[in-house]
Amino acid sequence: MKLLAELVLLSLTTILANNYVLVKFLGICPFLGVSKKVGTAVGMSVAVTFVMTVASVVTYFVQILLDAAGIGYMQTVAFILVIAVLVQLVEMAIQKFSPSLYGALGIYLPLITTNCAVLGVALLNVQEGFDFVHTLVYSFSAGLSFMLAIVLFAGVRERLETADIPKYLQGFPIALVTAGLLALAFLGFSGMKF
Amino acid sequence: MKEILIPVIILGAMGAIFGVLLGVAAKVFKVKRDERLEQIEELLAGANCGGCGYPGCSGFAQGLCRGVANITDCPSTKPENKEEIAKILGVVVGESVPKVAMVMCSGTCSNVVLNHHYEGINDCVAAARYGGSDKACSYGCIGFGSCADVCKFGAIHVENDVAVVDKDKCVACGACVDVCPHNVIRLVEVRQRTFVKCVSKDKGATLKNICSAGCLGCRICEKNCPKDAIHVVENLASIDYEKCVNCGICASKCPKKIIDFTRPDGTKPYVAEKEEI
Repeated sequence: MKLLAELVLLSLTTILANNYVLVKFLGICPFLGVSKKVGTAVGMSVAVTFVMTVASVVTYFVQILLDAAGIGYMQTVAFILVIAVLVQLVEMAIQKFSPSLYGALGIYLPLITTNCAVLGVALLNVQEGFDFVHTLVYSFSAGLSFMLAIVLFAGVRERLETADIPKYLQGFPIALVTAGLLALAFLGFSGMKF
Repeated sequence: MKEILIPVIILGAMGAIFGVLLGVAAKVFKVKRDERLEQIEELLAGANCGGCGYPGCSGFAQGLCRGVANITDCPSTKPENKEEIAKILGVVVGESVPKVAMVMCSGTCSNVVLNHHYEGINDCVAAARYGGSDKACSYGCIGFGSCADVCKFGAIHVENDVAVVDKDKCVACGACVDVCPHNVIRLVEVRQRTFVKCVSKDKGATLKNICSAGCLGCRICEKNCPKDAIHVVENLASIDYEKCVNCGICASKCPKKIIDFTRPDGTKPYVAEKEEI
């Protein structure tokens, strides 16, 4: 029971107070690039969440291997390798089993390889010294926090499309201002003690 | 030496294992792709203009392979390439009439009265929602160039507030036809040489006060046509291309010189002189 409470707490903290995009500022590239429509934002974040969770599980064991060999400092390189392979595998599997989902995600799938949030989760898992269960929950929550941020942002941007914005703020400038305000709003969660 | 060797060996081994894994996965998850797809895609124009109604050339190629699309639907692929594709598919190419987009408006800034001032997004669709641009005519070309923006071939540009199509670059994909809020742009057959360059349905009395290059509906063309091919419908002359023989008589008789006639040698004998209103 104590473990369960701890895991829920960890999950909530990751999603709200330590939001990956808006507080830790990881994964900004897809956050700005794939947030023009809510539909694609959801698709992207589902794919990212999946890759994050699987990558964290695999890197957990890779880290054990690296530590056993006494080369823990190579983790960054090894993790990038793992993530790249995983994304390839996921892409192939999706293409085989669900061509419609493959068509919907399209270019965003390979782009996950270069999403720093995925590498960030893998590295932070090691840094925090999480055990396997914590790793699983933490990385899944990290994916959810990415989803929360990007879907909220996409909703705002859809409305911005029709808003009367001064000429020099149209497009990316107003999106960046919005992102800043969203980040400020999420800063409010950091005061909460769970 | 050991400090270097161990990481190299371990990471190398990891890389090798992953490589084999991916290789196996590529075999296991192999998706059967139609061999013809690639060949057809190479032969298609690759412009992704959407003129066929499919999402890009690869979508069209898939449609062709499944037998739902028709090769003549593609406006931009060269005829000889179409023959090749037809050979791959084992079908015969049907007749397709080469077409070109044409802007049916002569209301340049010197011809049409500018009677109000539009301050908004420089976009025809947006301007049309507010009732048009600065021009008094509510039928003609708005002139903000939304058609030029959607043209993937750079075949349209705006000259004196009226869009102009470059016939050599136009592939007749119809993107501009779809975007134009006033339906000023039409797809016409390349072999036609006579066009009524006005779309205004205003009465002649109204129109002559706002545009010097508008069809008044005077029926002079109708009376002079030897083939009964041109008729005034809703105050606007329209040509029946089933009957038109491109003789150019209507163009020579038009008092406003808005019937655009080109001789087979490319010259335009009946061009309006500039007229102040």
